[in-house]
Amino acid sequence: MNSNRRTAAIPLYRLLVPAIYILFLMLPIYWLLSMSFKTTNEILGGFSFFPRDFTLENYIEIFTDPTWYRGYLNSITYVVINTVISVTFALPAAYAFSRYRFLGDKHLFFWLLTNRMAPPAVFALPFFQLYAAIDLYDTHIAVALAHCLFNIPLAVWILEGFMSGIPKQLDEMAYVDGYSFPRFFVKIFMPAIASGIGVAAFFCFMYSWVEMLLSKTLTSVAAKSIAATMTRTASTAGYELGLLAAAGALTIIPGAIVIYFVRNYIAKGFSLGRV
Amino acid sequence: MSVELKNVSKIVDGMTHIHPTSLSLEDQDFNVLLGATLSGKTTLLRLMAGLERPSSGEVWFSGQDVTHVSVQKRNIAMVYQEFINYPNFSVFNNIASPLKVAGKKQDQIRRQVGEIAELLKLSEFLDRDVASLSGGQQQRIALARALVKHASLVLLDEPLANLDYKLREQLREELPKLFAASGSTVVYATSEPEEALMLGGHVATLHEGRVVQYGKTTDIYRRPENLECARIFSHPPINMAKIVKSNDLISIPGIAGWQCPESFRGRPDREYVIGVRPHHLSLTNMENSDRHVAVSGTVQLAEISGSSSLIHMRIDGNDWISESGGIHAYSMGENINVYMNLDGCLYFDQDGTAIH
Repeated sequence: MNSNRRTAAIPLYRLLVPAIYILFLMLPIYWLLSMSFKTTNEILGGFSFFPRDFTLENYIEIFTDPTWYRGYLNSITYVVINTVISVTFALPAAYAFSRYRFLGDKHLFFWLLTNRMAPPAVFALPFFQLYAAIDLYDTHIAVALAHCLFNIPLAVWILEGFMSGIPKQLDEMAYVDGYSFPRFFVKIFMPAIASGIGVAAFFCFMYSWVEMLLSKTLTSVAAKSIAATMTRTASTAGYELGLLAAAGALTIIPGAIVIYFVRNYIAKGFSLGRV
Repeated sequence: MSVELKNVSKIVDGMTHIHPTSLSLEDQDFNVLLGATLSGKTTLLRLMAGLERPSSGEVWFSGQDVTHVSVQKRNIAMVYQEFINYPNFSVFNNIASPLKVAGKKQDQIRRQVGEIAELLKLSEFLDRDVASLSGGQQQRIALARALVKHASLVLLDEPLANLDYKLREQLREELPKLFAASGSTVVYATSEPEEALMLGGHVATLHEGRVVQYGKTTDIYRRPENLECARIFSHPPINMAKIVKSNDLISIPGIAGWQCPESFRGRPDREYVIGVRPHHLSLTNMENSDRHVAVSGTVQLAEISGSSSLIHMRIDGNDWISESGGIHAYSMGENINVYMNLDGCLYFDQDGTAIH
């Protein structure tokens, strides 16, 4: 009762700042959506808040033209491969860091983080040269593996935080009860850190999804990513801005879907200082 | 199952956690490891469980060397001080997990879990999430899991330390009965002498990684082998003073004197040490017997704990504590007489060995 009255009594001026903040955040997204329903002529023709000639042409084009929708399929493919590889390899690594002490463990753990400090551009050329040499160029697995360089350390870092929150006695008790290590790990330990796995997978997914430089360098036709497709739209017809906006709007969707599932756990990842 | 530690030691990073120790526990006995924190109770339990390998020595179960047998194959159960349960399992699945791993049949699992849950008053919670239960209930789940397995060796590491007072009292009574019925050999680690006495069975007193003495709980309480053991097995701390024997008389110089007990006859006249448990110092000489000797001292602090009072006092350079029933209030600095029960006195040689 009391708290209800208090909520109702929030003066308008106190809502002003968050309102403006949200407005500024949403504005580019609104603009993108609005553009995606306009024709390129209208976009270039002048300033308008709402699409005057509302059109779904742009979206229809993307969903029917293979050069467009393949971009999405290619991206999704290597992103999923990358997420699976990253989490699969990070799980045992993070377990070792969280449960065992070995020579140089702390240095190694920190070194993992420093991997993320290097800009991807540094690795573009060596990766290109290497993959061309071993016939991996322009394949999904090439991009997926390249992204592992950044995503495995990140996943290890996140998972280690979640794993260290589980007391070591849980492992011991499972052994006492008769669980073998693999059975314990899959049946008890992984469910216990499910939220951590979710958060790690989310960050791998997002990084791999938005990363452009490596994916663009390592693919040409067969595995061409959506990011690469979007940046090559200066066709003979000039810039197809409407089409580009529609592609951009569609690119936001997978991230939004994934973030919906892990929204409750991300805060925990942040509070562990691991994200 | 009998358990035997043969010269087992544990050294971690150059620190000795357990000095070479030999200990032999009989089949189906209830054994208590009693010692302060860091005395090595937990390490001993972990060595028995196989969670740690001894740095030297061997662990034998029922006449077989199991030093290098894995935890999984030892058929043991363990309960920790912290309430450790499988967080993502329901209460039923938590209790059932050792049976499931052992590959028991569904209906047998259901029956056994049902029985144990009944025994530990967990029946109504079987479908619940572990995290939604109170600490006491969570520890009951851990105990149920240890019981359901009918393990040949059950290790309990201060299982009641984190529970509230009432629950602790209640479980303390129930535990020996539960485990006696299960036919397991039990090793129970605790830091509370009172708990060791209530649980009965056998006790091993530990001090700084060494087993000081092992034997029947009542024997060890009444006749500790040395001063260290008496000190471990007394709470509040045992009162000590130097005594002097001359001819047939024993005296705390300047405080009190009495007839030499039987065990002292024929011993040389010199200094010895006396140990008196706090409850052998009463505030009144009720029986007016000649087995009580008056000792006077200055009150330092009077603590009232429930139905008994602890009077801390200074007696000629020694800090003594008297524990007696009822509520007695004294002010600081007051001079009072306490009456020492001669039959409760423990005598020690200067090197700490008991004289019985």
